[in-house]
Amino acid sequence: MSRLSLVWSSLFRRKIRTLLTLLSVVVAFLLFGLLRSVADAFTVGVDIAGVDRLVVSPKYSIIDPLPIAHLNQIAAVSGVTAVTQAGWFGGIYQDRSKFFPKYPVDPRGYFELYPEYRIDPAQLDAFAATRIGAVAPKQLAEEFGWQIGDRIPIEADIWPKRGGDRNWEFELVGVYDAPTLEVQPVEFLFQYDYFDEARQYGTGGVGWFIVRVDDPAHSAEVARTIDALFENSPNATRTATEAEFAMQFANQVGDIGLMMTGILGAVFFTILLLTANTMAQALRERIPELAVMKTLGFTDVGVATLVLGEAMLLCLLGGMFGLCIAVALEHQIAIAIKGILPTFSISAGTLIMGALLAAGLGIAVGLVPALRARRLAIVDALRGH
Amino acid sequence: MTAIVKLEGVTRTYVRGKEEIKVLDDIDLTIERGDFVALMGPSGSGKTTLLNLVGGIDQPTSGSVEVVGERLDRLSSKALAKWRAAHIGFVFQFYNLLPVLTAERNVELPLLLTKLKRAQRKANALTALKIVGLEDRANHKPGELSGGQQQRVAIARAIVADPDLLVCDEPTGDLDRSTADEILDLLELLNREHGKTIIMVTHDPKAASHARHTLQLDKGGLVAAAPA
Repeated sequence: MSRLSLVWSSLFRRKIRTLLTLLSVVVAFLLFGLLRSVADAFTVGVDIAGVDRLVVSPKYSIIDPLPIAHLNQIAAVSGVTAVTQAGWFGGIYQDRSKFFPKYPVDPRGYFELYPEYRIDPAQLDAFAATRIGAVAPKQLAEEFGWQIGDRIPIEADIWPKRGGDRNWEFELVGVYDAPTLEVQPVEFLFQYDYFDEARQYGTGGVGWFIVRVDDPAHSAEVARTIDALFENSPNATRTATEAEFAMQFANQVGDIGLMMTGILGAVFFTILLLTANTMAQALRERIPELAVMKTLGFTDVGVATLVLGEAMLLCLLGGMFGLCIAVALEHQIAIAIKGILPTFSISAGTLIMGALLAAGLGIAVGLVPALRARRLAIVDALRGH
Repeated sequence: MTAIVKLEGVTRTYVRGKEEIKVLDDIDLTIERGDFVALMGPSGSGKTTLLNLVGGIDQPTSGSVEVVGERLDRLSSKALAKWRAAHIGFVFQFYNLLPVLTAERNVELPLLLTKLKRAQRKANALTALKIVGLEDRANHKPGELSGGQQQRVAIARAIVADPDLLVCDEPTGDLDRSTADEILDLLELLNREHGKTIIMVTHDPKAASHARHTLQLDKGGLVAAAPA
């Protein structure tokens, strides 16, 4: 028997209670691993160098439209080989629970910028030629059972038609997919020209531009040039990588980092109370045992260390299991949210912070019982006082 | 014979609220090495307090307590703990074994405070269990043992570090007559064959008859000392 096995045996003297407490610590650290990584993903800087596709969006707010006239100016920037536009339509198909993103685009321009999207050339021609034409990702079409030629009704929640009609109808003329990508596209695409002519307001505006540069090495320079071009105009721009743009987009819902910190704070405060209560209860039950250990020759500090060791062991075990599960889930989660958070990953920093937090939690919940154990007077404790 | 316990002018008072209670009053006592002494007296006479002072788990209000050549009243809490680990074995009325540990591990517990290697600790624990006749129960937890067996494990724990002195507080108080006799025979054996000095608090005259000497306490003072 070692001191560690003594601590282990004492910790599991009430197995169910300890396992339930351990489980709650595991869940807390699983959440920590995942939510901290999500928060990191929202704040991480994405290196602009080395990418050949950039997104030009409004500098101050993603809901401010950019004029379509920017397109020609961007196209004229040295190093830009192609540019197209897209925008956020919103809209409701059947009901809000069946949400998918819908973008008004230039058909040929969009597919030229995204060569990884595969579409039958004849269907792309039909898309370009059909005023109310639309194409859908293959998965989406299969999910809703859409066939080529179907009419897809979308109710506008942002963009009503002239005259206030909120019902838009698109004709499905093609489907596309991206066989080389791990994450399949989800955007329902329709003609920008039709949308721009038919909408009630905002004519001539777009949500963002997508730009291809001739050489990834020029990306940073091209981005600076584009932003400088519009810097003093009412429609200043911010040029970023697609990854950063996606994060900005997701950040529109609020300060994700702060939300995550708030959630984690609440979780850990609860865990702190729960675990501290468990440790305090465990100490109360064992006062005569601790007195006996002191009688046998364990010093006050020695007994306090054993009690603190139990709290530390509980929290470190819970932390380790929780973080290990988070790491095990990392890949699947990263794939699932790649469209929103392309930089999601559990960093070494998060794991180190988690380990330190587990140790800190152990000290926080174990310190008071340990000090009580240290102060325990043998004679009083043996008498049951 | 040399004195293993020497108390001079020992007084112990406790404060309960505003009241000061004198539990031991000016005790002088000498116990020789190798003796087996029974401490008797009515409840509240100070038997257990005297035992606690000799065992180094309590300190006198005044007077000197010298045990195994060490002035306990001058030792710090930490030094006392180390001293207890080296020189004293305790046996309690209610055994006070750790319920999460097996008999062998309960016995091994005091050896965690020594520098012995794990294998040696285990061997010593098994030897102690053999002395008390429980080597076949080494892997049982206290809840799986009878009261008598638990007290034997407690005695094995008390002797495993080869202490100079065993202090026993009502070791048979929770046992039936025949089991109590077995435990008392065991203590006698430890005294006679292994040379352990034993001080035992008891209410039971039959238990006291196993000792070489009996000390009577009443109202905090020694009233008689006689051979058993």
